[in-house]
Amino acid sequence: MNAATLTWATYAAPSRFYTLAGRLIPWCWAVTAEFCLAGLWVGFAIAPTDFQQGEAYRIIFIHVPAAWLSMLIYLVMAFWAAWGWMLNARMASMYARALAPTGVLFTFLALWTGALWGKPTWGAWWVWDARLTSEFILLLLYLGYIALTEAIDDPRRAANAGALLALVGAVNVPVIYFSVRWWNTLHQGATISLTTAPKMASTMLTAMLLMTIGFWAYSFAVVFARARAIVLEQESEAEWVRTLATGAEKS
Amino acid sequence: MNWTSWDEFFRMGGYGLYVWGSYAVAIAVMTGEALLAVRRHRRARADARSAS
Repeated sequence: MNAATLTWATYAAPSRFYTLAGRLIPWCWAVTAEFCLAGLWVGFAIAPTDFQQGEAYRIIFIHVPAAWLSMLIYLVMAFWAAWGWMLNARMASMYARALAPTGVLFTFLALWTGALWGKPTWGAWWVWDARLTSEFILLLLYLGYIALTEAIDDPRRAANAGALLALVGAVNVPVIYFSVRWWNTLHQGATISLTTAPKMASTMLTAMLLMTIGFWAYSFAVVFARARAIVLEQESEAEWVRTLATGAEKS
Repeated sequence: MNWTSWDEFFRMGGYGLYVWGSYAVAIAVMTGEALLAVRRHRRARADARSAS
């Protein structure tokens, strides 16, 4: 392999990602806007009042999607971190680092909306119940991952140390998910499951799923934007970044 | 439609503070994060330009 092919093989992935993500971001925003607006419309205008919880239940349309994404993003982050560690793939490590802040955001939102839902329905903002505690630990894991990777200057060592933490912490995700089954929790059981019929009105379920797709598209849009920034920061020496910077002024 | 007036909509059957407190914070942090990500990209782009 001569020097030219080596350079190409090393830099092709980040530069290709950069261009592709730049093209996809507007579409991700369009999907986000459409699905969130549709979800809010179905959730507020069509879904009926809950016979037990009154209007307070409408928090579910952000609470459940945020909680799902907080867990999903962690698993995706751990996957890319591990991939980057094992194969020494820099782009994979950059994805992992780009995902973490969005994970923090959704974990925080799950906890915040949970507190605002818990107060009127349980009479408490917070209880040290298995579901709430394990979700709180997820927040700490995300913050620990960010603190660790930011504290190490060398990107490769930062990625490797972060990957170890992300992988060890991944054990917490099934704990969160199954906590309502394994322990007696104040938190209610799973809202939907693949094996049983949904326990909620179909319009409520529709609104929740629309919001989930909206949040999902949002995650892609924001993570792509952040990953593009990280690529430029870490690849600033690369030829393609220089060409890009001095070349045509397109986003 | 569940609501007969805007006032009723905002009151959310007495749970207005909880429901709107959830939605307002969600919109605020999601908008904030998006702006931060865009700003970070713009800054990285500007740095790359001044470095080359």
